[in-house]
Amino acid sequence: MRPAEPLSTDRARRRFQDLPAYIRWPLYAAAAIFVLTVVQGLDGTDRLTSATTAQSMLRWAVPILLAGLGGLYSERSGVVNIGLEGMMVMGTWMGAWGALKFGPWWGLLAAIIGGALGGLLHALATVTFGVDHIISGVAINILAPGMTRFLSSIVEIPGWSITQSPRIPGVGSATVPVLAGGTIGSWTSPDLLGWLGSRDWFLISDMADILKGLLTRASWVTIAALILVPFSAWLLWRTRFGLRVRICGEYPAAGEAQGINVYKYKYIAVIISGALAGLGGAFIAGPELSGIYLEGQTQGRGFVGLAALIFGNWKPGGVLGASLLFGYPFGIGLRDLDGSASHSLILVSAIGLALVAISAFRRGRKVDAGLAVGLGALSVLWYLLSESVESVWINIFPYVIVLLVLVFFAQRLRVPAADGQIYRRGEA
Amino acid sequence: MTTAPTWKRIVLAVAAPVAAVLVAMLLSSVVLLIVGSNPLRAFADMFEHASRLETMVDILNRATPLYISGIAAAVGFRMGLFNIGVEGQYLLAAIVAAHLGAQVALPPVLHIPFILLVAMVVGAAYAGFAGVLKVTRGINEVISTIMLNAIAISGLVAFLVNRWQSGGAVVGGVGRVGTEPIPASGRIPNLNPLVELFTREIRQGKTLTGVLIIAVIVGVVFHLLLNRTRFGFDLRASGINPFAAQVGGVPPKRMVVMAMVISGIFAGLVGMSEIMNLGFFPANPIQGLGFTGIAVALLGRNRAVGAAVAALLFAFLDVSSGVLQFSGAASREIVVIMQGIIILAAVIAYEIARRAREREEAAAAAEAMVGERGEAA
Repeated sequence: MRPAEPLSTDRARRRFQDLPAYIRWPLYAAAAIFVLTVVQGLDGTDRLTSATTAQSMLRWAVPILLAGLGGLYSERSGVVNIGLEGMMVMGTWMGAWGALKFGPWWGLLAAIIGGALGGLLHALATVTFGVDHIISGVAINILAPGMTRFLSSIVEIPGWSITQSPRIPGVGSATVPVLAGGTIGSWTSPDLLGWLGSRDWFLISDMADILKGLLTRASWVTIAALILVPFSAWLLWRTRFGLRVRICGEYPAAGEAQGINVYKYKYIAVIISGALAGLGGAFIAGPELSGIYLEGQTQGRGFVGLAALIFGNWKPGGVLGASLLFGYPFGIGLRDLDGSASHSLILVSAIGLALVAISAFRRGRKVDAGLAVGLGALSVLWYLLSESVESVWINIFPYVIVLLVLVFFAQRLRVPAADGQIYRRGEA
Repeated sequence: MTTAPTWKRIVLAVAAPVAAVLVAMLLSSVVLLIVGSNPLRAFADMFEHASRLETMVDILNRATPLYISGIAAAVGFRMGLFNIGVEGQYLLAAIVAAHLGAQVALPPVLHIPFILLVAMVVGAAYAGFAGVLKVTRGINEVISTIMLNAIAISGLVAFLVNRWQSGGAVVGGVGRVGTEPIPASGRIPNLNPLVELFTREIRQGKTLTGVLIIAVIVGVVFHLLLNRTRFGFDLRASGINPFAAQVGGVPPKRMVVMAMVISGIFAGLVGMSEIMNLGFFPANPIQGLGFTGIAVALLGRNRAVGAAVAALLFAFLDVSSGVLQFSGAASREIVVIMQGIIILAAVIAYEIARRAREREEAAAAAEAMVGERGEAA
């Protein structure tokens, strides 16, 4: 029996859960920033909420977000896409090649096509031939680096070696006017958030700094990726097309009974999936993150995107939140040469684990609560006994978070019902 | 009866991988023609190169870890478990084994087993963790092993390489950095004397790795374990129909953890050929063996002999492609594409063959039923 809870908190929680996503998520974000502000006050650093940190967080988050959204389309149609990583690899190469050959915008298009071809291959194997989704994905992940390596060996662009390309031009960026001091024509607008950020007002200045970072010199790809979040939510949940894609992932036989061509929608979804991963690859190779194509530069971000999809509970807003969360430690680690800001992150994790422990305890899950308390205590111990954190630990932070999230919340995640199942027409 | 004649099944089983290889050769020939190379010359060069004794030694050296890795993946696959984490398991196991192996002084009969044991324990523990997460927390092993791969490679191994780095050693005239060297008593001797009994002297300073023997043992153990033990039967039964197996008294959770642990034991041995060859764990170890191992297992249909053929094929492509660089017949990277196509074509071919077999069995069953009814009437 679950202990009876006080009625008022129960009702308050339910009321909070009933709020629409576009109000709940900013509240979560505000709470997170509040924790960061408190911790950095304790540690005497300002790197946790500085505008540059926010900026690099976003830059690291965008490829994860694009891969995660790619996974969203695919898995909502019932096809697990481990091959995102390989499709991303195709995107890095094609993006670099297209940008150098025809110009930056064509590079993006080439990357999208490259990724989409990978998606087409995955759809061919899994949908038409009924190959296991994981196996096909693994095969694509093996094939893609081979393809790029071969392409590098035959491409005729001066300065392109077997493992890397010359510098790639980018599509440029934009700063939002008025809020972050962008220009409109030749007029330099006021920098409202910059002004707020320099006030040193507790929390408000920190939030302003972070927002300014996000709105300053954002690449057009970043802007497109952010627009894709609400767009995907609309497309998948508010249109006939989206309904059909989702029924393929929930109950394809029912879709077939309704006269829907399940194979077609699976194909479309998996190709979109590859296209988005490819665009993410172009972002990695492009000046937004690297500026050159380099073999192996995706560094498993396709897999992190998959993790973001799970963390985000197969929803676009969740994928965005997870991508930002995973991008954050990378954004910190980049400038954190002495490892002090990373050190503060341990305390943040401990606070997070404490919150998990409280929530688990109130739900009557004693084992979870004990586990969270134990891990939290270890984090506190690590925090107290060390002065700084080596960058290797920051590099694996996202993966550890995913494992922890799965350990504590795997039961509460809602996977599309037919995700990963092989569907054969007419066999239901 | 409903089972197809044996010869027909053998033809179906062999036809699929052969078709996959042919498709891969055909498609890569098309690619080579498009970029203006002569595919016939390229393949001829590769086969000619592979016929040399030294190249064969290289192929066997390359195939050894690939095979062990393939078997590690196959253990899970036979049960419907995807251990994508062999990559992280073998790197972690290899660095710990190399480090601890360098710390102790033992006679060879104990020293070598000690290093192997450490590697197996580390691999088993790391893989077993994913198994425990699956049965206690319901976390899909594909996701957890992907995460554990990243944690092992970018985190634990990267950290330990720095922590345990010693001055390094000179290997083949080139100084390399890595963990402290393992004393000679801990290193498996190479097989050159054994091979040279039957052939001419192996030149160019090539040595055939002694870990090859371990790979053979791994294959035999794997085969016996799956086909001659109760555990192997339970494992295969769980893979074919987990519910039926459970009803038949197979504890599903214990099987998952056991399968992951055994997969991890084999995975731990993957890195042995590198540390036995170098005598230490290098700062930049060979990576990707775990993923290629998955390909080997898939191509070899998760069987001991099939995986051996697959490992030799992949090793042949890797090694003999080197000659293309010198002969100029084609870009050597074409073989990486071939490997990718082989594996994709193979899994599709297996799926088609499986369906063909099922259809045939269904047809035979229907025929038998009609026959019985006819007799009854």
